[in-house]
Amino acid sequence: MNRDLRFTALKKTPFHSRTSLASRTNKYYNWNGFTVPTEYSTTELEYTAARNGTSVMDLTPMCKYMINGSDANKFVDYLVTRDLSQMEDNTVAYIIWCNEDGKVMDDGTIFKFSNTKFMLCCAVKIYNWLHDSAEGFDVSFEDATDTTAALAIQGPTSCSTLKNYGADDLELLKPFGMKQYNINGYDVLISRTGFTGDLGYELWTDPANAENMWDSIMEAGKELKIRPFGMHALEMTRIEAGFIQTNTDFMAAEDSLRPVRMRSPYEIGMGWLVHLNKESYFVGKRALKKEKETGNSERCLVGLDIDGDKPAVGSVIYNEKKEDIGIVTAAMWSPTMKRNVALASLKRPYGIKIKENIFAEIYHPEELEYKKIWAKCKVVKRQFFSPERRNKVPADLYE
Amino acid sequence: MAKNTHDVIVIGAGHNGLTAASYMAKAGLDVVVLEKNEWIGGAAVSRELYPGWKYSNCSYVCSLLRPEIMRDLELYKYGLQIIPYEGSATMMRNGDYYAHYHDHDMTINSIRRHSHKDAEAYERYSRDVLRQCKIIKPLLKMTPPDLTSFKPKDLFGALEFAKHFAAKDELGGLGEKEIYDTIRFYTMSIRDYLDEYFESDITKAHLAGSAIIGTALGPCSPGSAYVLLHHYMGEVDGSVGAWGYSRGGMGSITKAMTGCLNAHGGEVKPDNEVVNVITKNGRAIGVATKKGDEYYAKKIVSNLDVKRTFLKITEESSLPGEFVERVKNFKIRGSSGKLNIALDGLPEFPCIPEGDPGGGGDMHFTETIEEMEGAYDDWKRGEWSRNPYVDMCIPSKSDPTMAAPGKHYMSVFIQYVPFNLANGGWNEERKQEFGRHIVDCIAEFSPNFKDLINHYEVRTPLELDNEVGLTEGNIFQGELTMDQLMFNRPVPGYAQYRTPLKNMYMCSSSTHPGGGVMGAPGANAAREVLIDMNIPQKGNYY
Repeated sequence: MNRDLRFTALKKTPFHSRTSLASRTNKYYNWNGFTVPTEYSTTELEYTAARNGTSVMDLTPMCKYMINGSDANKFVDYLVTRDLSQMEDNTVAYIIWCNEDGKVMDDGTIFKFSNTKFMLCCAVKIYNWLHDSAEGFDVSFEDATDTTAALAIQGPTSCSTLKNYGADDLELLKPFGMKQYNINGYDVLISRTGFTGDLGYELWTDPANAENMWDSIMEAGKELKIRPFGMHALEMTRIEAGFIQTNTDFMAAEDSLRPVRMRSPYEIGMGWLVHLNKESYFVGKRALKKEKETGNSERCLVGLDIDGDKPAVGSVIYNEKKEDIGIVTAAMWSPTMKRNVALASLKRPYGIKIKENIFAEIYHPEELEYKKIWAKCKVVKRQFFSPERRNKVPADLYE
Repeated sequence: MAKNTHDVIVIGAGHNGLTAASYMAKAGLDVVVLEKNEWIGGAAVSRELYPGWKYSNCSYVCSLLRPEIMRDLELYKYGLQIIPYEGSATMMRNGDYYAHYHDHDMTINSIRRHSHKDAEAYERYSRDVLRQCKIIKPLLKMTPPDLTSFKPKDLFGALEFAKHFAAKDELGGLGEKEIYDTIRFYTMSIRDYLDEYFESDITKAHLAGSAIIGTALGPCSPGSAYVLLHHYMGEVDGSVGAWGYSRGGMGSITKAMTGCLNAHGGEVKPDNEVVNVITKNGRAIGVATKKGDEYYAKKIVSNLDVKRTFLKITEESSLPGEFVERVKNFKIRGSSGKLNIALDGLPEFPCIPEGDPGGGGDMHFTETIEEMEGAYDDWKRGEWSRNPYVDMCIPSKSDPTMAAPGKHYMSVFIQYVPFNLANGGWNEERKQEFGRHIVDCIAEFSPNFKDLINHYEVRTPLELDNEVGLTEGNIFQGELTMDQLMFNRPVPGYAQYRTPLKNMYMCSSSTHPGGGVMGAPGANAAREVLIDMNIPQKGNYY
């Protein structure tokens, strides 16, 4: 069949030949214009791989931008709220950035190669915003989304798997460190980063190396309980880790049709990433400073520990007078902790000053009828699960 | 002689003893657990008997451990992680196999290879069994009411018990028909039960396995259907009936419980065998250990089975005669053995296609219920089964912590093995002969199996009795038959974790709801102790 190739529905990642072969369920979804598996076999087992062995996820659809130029360092520091002036070469930092109104546009990770070269990874497309913000800086941008293949290799045995693959001394790499390797004749950048809240790495390479890298890693992890891992399982691990997801836990400022839906960093638990004492100006600084000084943040994003075992997906949160005080943005039964947990956006002072006598109204589907559950919640630390192995140096090895 | 005083003494550091101890320590009590072995865990242990290989020496898989207990005791913090099974399979002598999967529809497709009708009957069967599981689930956490008592607590309890069988709303509309089904399920043989659904031998044989594991009943014995239910009523994260491995072996469960206990100020003292319960005027006031130490406490909780508790470490003269008689008659017959094997590589099982998730969990090679009954017939004669039912699994296929990469640990549970072996009983030679017999049976299905064996541990009911302390080696600390379940467990009139001795309690699997690494007896017993001490209970379990 001849197709008119000017029309392309969804792009395939350079791993597609491998991910589609590994899929037993043929379940895909659209991630940033790419077709990638939601589930390969069963989500429970994929999730388990991330907490027990090694999980492999095709990260290619992540937005990736190279930032080059003599002002790259200054520009990045201007773009994001975090003070990156002391950031060392070959490290990675977790960041958020705002618009001038101090509303969060997205979160992501920034990779620093040198003062003149960075890579930015994020969920929402930002190429245009980068250009708009770059006035007066000597920087150039390259959208590397299609030209960089990326895999997340996460889980307790992930370091051993990657050592078998050829990443020598990887156990010595610190969290948020990165190291350039040459494996099987290709350059592979390995960073100790991830979205599972566990020991884990992310690998960045040329698309031409994608199939070789996938095959070699699968072979390297054969005895280390390796398993490809889809979006559903990732969602579970990221909730346990308390990581936020743009347009799930908060609306990206650029995507919000309704201005009232926009959130400041303080309203999504990201206040710790706002460095108002940073010397230079950064986008949104004025507005954020004002918000901090007046203390007029309206919402907060918190972790909830919920009674019972029925996940509070989409639940409305109430106070004891049955007044609506917020909404659950993500919820799950945690297989590792055996806890019913959720992330929720609450109207202050709930979640900040008032942490007790909060209830979730859960609609649990039971064979075409809903069972309404009024479940007591406790406000807890959003980072529900953070095992010791996550930050251990040297990383755990299985030999 | 050292004298020690605590709020509570728990005898035996098995999972129920540790569960009870942890709940009581969390409630603020000063708890000490005395354990006879040098290691902690009872029948939920991981021991390295051959360097580089961890064995789950006794119990080997996890499903029944109540999630509320894991949550309340925060066992994940102390290292517990459950790894779900991928599937299970029964191998056939003609080279074919039968497989069960994590995914319901894959299972249906698999059954259909053997019988189209059975594949669809399986939908009905799994619905009916799930319904029974739903009925029984709330009962597990309840203290059985005394049906002969007129105390408000018992009357309400009886009502509560009945409600779970009869109330339409609570159980999503169970009618009379389902109540009849419940009673049938509790009393039928698994063969009769499965015959009502299935036609193919292999389907029935695969499903019937759960009805005989650990019991001294055969698949044709009335009451065996309940044993299947007992194995199905667990869950892995809402997936009812699913089983999983405990990462690091079953010892991780008791290790995590010990972690919780320690965090709340409690202590386990290994190598401290309790030999006598000290009584005074009909009250238990302390215990004496083999080492000659005495411990005193307000409450004493025994995690030993009911026979050991009252026939071995308690003076018979301090107990009512009828009670002692009942305890003596308590059925606790050993019927199982085990091999723990250190393998140099992964054994091949040519019946199961490579990469088939069916080979990821438990594997068997009993093709018919008749074969199973034949295995039981050998046991009745005091012999180990010549053609045994085995439940074998290779936890290291899923768990990277049991052996080095590429090496494997295999657990082989064997049914039936007698406690009283005919013609002179067990000795080292016969134990090894039994072990070799099982290895030969497995080797029929795995050509490279024997070559891979580095070491194996053979466990007969005698070891389970002597070492672990399970009377006659019965893994449930008492048969799971209607005459000794719920308000009859362990003996009528004493189903509420209390004993004829004031201040002495039972928390072992000899009490409701029975055996399996469930923790419910321990948690229920702790609740009763706390009630008697007027201490409020907190948590998800209660």
